[in-house]
Amino acid sequence: MAQVIMPKMGDAMEEGTLLKWLKNPGDEVAEGDPIAEIETDKVTLEIEAAEDGFLTQTMVNEGDVVPIGTTIAMIGAEDEVGQAPPAEAAAQPAAAPAEEPPAEMAQEPQQAATVPSAQPEAAAISAPPEAPAATPPATNGRGNGQVVERRPGERLRASPLVKRLAAEHGIDLARVAGSGPGGRIIKDDLKDYISGAKPAPQAPAAAPEAAPAAPQPAQTAPAVTAAPKGAPAELSKIKARTGERMSLSKQTIPHYYVTSNVDMTEALAFRAQVNASLGENGVRVSVNDLIVKAAALALREHPQVNRSFENGQLFDHDSIDVNIAIALEGGLIAPFIPHADEKSLGTIARMTKDLGRRAREGGLTPNEYQGGTFTISNLGMFDVAEFIAVINPPQAAILAIGSVTPTPVIQDGEVVVGQVMKITLSADHRVLDGAEVATFLQAVKRYLEHPMLLAVS
Amino acid sequence: MPVKTYRDALRDAMAEEMRRDESVVLLGEDIGVYGGTHLVTNNLIDEFGPTRVIDTPIAENGFTGAAIGMAMGGMRPIVEMMTWNFSFLAADQIIQNAAKLRYFSGGQVSVPLVIRGPNGGGVQLSAQHTHSLEGFYGHFPGLTVVSPVTPHDAKGMMLTAIREPDPVIFLEAGALYGTKGEVEDGDYTVPFGKARIAREGTDVSLISYGRQVPMLLRVAETLEGEGIDAEVIDLRSIRPFDSETIVNSVKKTNRAVVVQEQWRWFSVASEVAAILQEQAFDYLDAPVERVSGAEVPAPYARNLELAAFPNEQQIAEAVHRVLYRKDN
Repeated sequence: MAQVIMPKMGDAMEEGTLLKWLKNPGDEVAEGDPIAEIETDKVTLEIEAAEDGFLTQTMVNEGDVVPIGTTIAMIGAEDEVGQAPPAEAAAQPAAAPAEEPPAEMAQEPQQAATVPSAQPEAAAISAPPEAPAATPPATNGRGNGQVVERRPGERLRASPLVKRLAAEHGIDLARVAGSGPGGRIIKDDLKDYISGAKPAPQAPAAAPEAAPAAPQPAQTAPAVTAAPKGAPAELSKIKARTGERMSLSKQTIPHYYVTSNVDMTEALAFRAQVNASLGENGVRVSVNDLIVKAAALALREHPQVNRSFENGQLFDHDSIDVNIAIALEGGLIAPFIPHADEKSLGTIARMTKDLGRRAREGGLTPNEYQGGTFTISNLGMFDVAEFIAVINPPQAAILAIGSVTPTPVIQDGEVVVGQVMKITLSADHRVLDGAEVATFLQAVKRYLEHPMLLAVS
Repeated sequence: MPVKTYRDALRDAMAEEMRRDESVVLLGEDIGVYGGTHLVTNNLIDEFGPTRVIDTPIAENGFTGAAIGMAMGGMRPIVEMMTWNFSFLAADQIIQNAAKLRYFSGGQVSVPLVIRGPNGGGVQLSAQHTHSLEGFYGHFPGLTVVSPVTPHDAKGMMLTAIREPDPVIFLEAGALYGTKGEVEDGDYTVPFGKARIAREGTDVSLISYGRQVPMLLRVAETLEGEGIDAEVIDLRSIRPFDSETIVNSVKKTNRAVVVQEQWRWFSVASEVAAILQEQAFDYLDAPVERVSGAEVPAPYARNLELAAFPNEQQIAEAVHRVLYRKDN
């Protein structure tokens, strides 16, 4: 099979918009046939087939912006229609166009497609933390039970009939592979999914490979070998739902992570002072409450972190609503404190305690956990050094809090015992670049290291 | 049941009604002495005489206007357009008067008029004599527009048309005047606003009217060999329109291909597609496909004329698209 790539049309061109497919998968094409319309920052033009054959697959949707050199379609024999290209074809540099794409694009086309907006200086941050040696083979995507990989921002397409049937039968369409144009899920796909007859087609080559499993309880690596033996355990509804959302998040959001050390000495003293002066009826302020307030104030300074990304669009939010991840027996839930930046520490403490109690009793209402603009996940009470959390879509970031640990630190040239807490922000690279995240963390750190600000802001 | 041609079924309907109802008269060019250009009124002048089978001058606007006046005065005239193409000359009378007199008179005056004649192409009559006018006349409130395709429906709908209190645009499948089918004897009517399921199926709804219906039945036979069970719907009535039948069909099949000889823009197929998305949206598994005539004046040359109208292969391809199957 031959690849069709986004061509470089002029020196200044770094990316192109796929405006319109002029041929559909399965169509016969002759050399010179226009197969797609693309738009550069200057012109609109047609891409022509470089050889005779059949358009076997398209990997880019209309409206998508992709870097030059990205494979956008495959041309092959008729019996290859609908088949994914061989794995190596996708990983290899694109066939040489009239003008060679820049070397880094050619070497890492997949990565380039994953983070089209990556700024050069942020590229190191955006790269996966480790080489994805454990990347599951592309063929493991059975239709049943596994979320089908879709490209970042790719809209799930389904016929109206399929959407209605899915809603009536409680089928999660994220798990169903679509065989129609543009990946549209059609009635036959749903039938195949229900009967388990047909494996889901391989994810398009341009889709990001699953990132290595993060050390996060909610996230488990997809099985690459035979199913393990053992009695099937019941999957709670909340766990199933969390699992779906986390899988979707990890497979569609280009995560990257920035960690910062916060000296909590002052914050602990401040908290002790506040709690010591509370009367009988006062609600004690927790370290977590301090972090919620600090993060909310930092979000006010850095509203770009308080955004969400949905259907290829950025959304600003008027209010700062901070979700707090709460571990329950059956799974996770993350109710939020609305307008957390405007609430006093005492109010945050009272509300958090109430939300936690009701979450464990199952007494939360949907409007208390559906929504929120930024999430904090705190495992500090479990003696963890640090961890990485999975973004709660469509939010842009999540802050993971480790334990406060007595640590030798250098202060004025002397080694002293510091109360160090590691905080790690997982960010969506479509929304946030490294420098924005770093300055946001600086602000969180400033509030926590100068806790009086939490009382007066 | 007796087998008759489409032409004879029409003539029987008119003759029988003329015997029953003295107010029924025929007007048109060459319909009397000559027997009609298409022989639909052949020999009727012998039975009913020249005062009820009236040969007119070549003046469509004039004799259509005269017929409207007769209808207003209590007669039930049937006007023959030698072909519907000539009705453009009478369009002012049809659209401005016949369609609007009931409205203008606050319901005091009605126009029980039938205008009939061959519609569409397929017989090499070239660009000026090949129009399909169902979309054009279907546009105007105040007109009823029908297009029967079987001899049985031709007779039953003609009887309904003559008895209607308001003007009826009766579009005959001119290319099918010689086709035969079973026709009941005697007085029966086929109601307007009710489509006919010409073939039942489960996989795709093929929707049309007029001379495309027999073609759809042939396509359905071919598709059966591919394991596709197509339902064929003959709309019969363009206005009033039977939404219920097409919506129920698509609720069953989830896919529709609408076929018409006329041009695509602002056409019956456009209306069908719109109705389906309005009333069966949650049942559609694919966009509604329209197969229409080529956007050119109808060619004369046989090969070009065939290329300009929907053919079996185009329809089968559209069916494959809505079923997400590859063409063979």
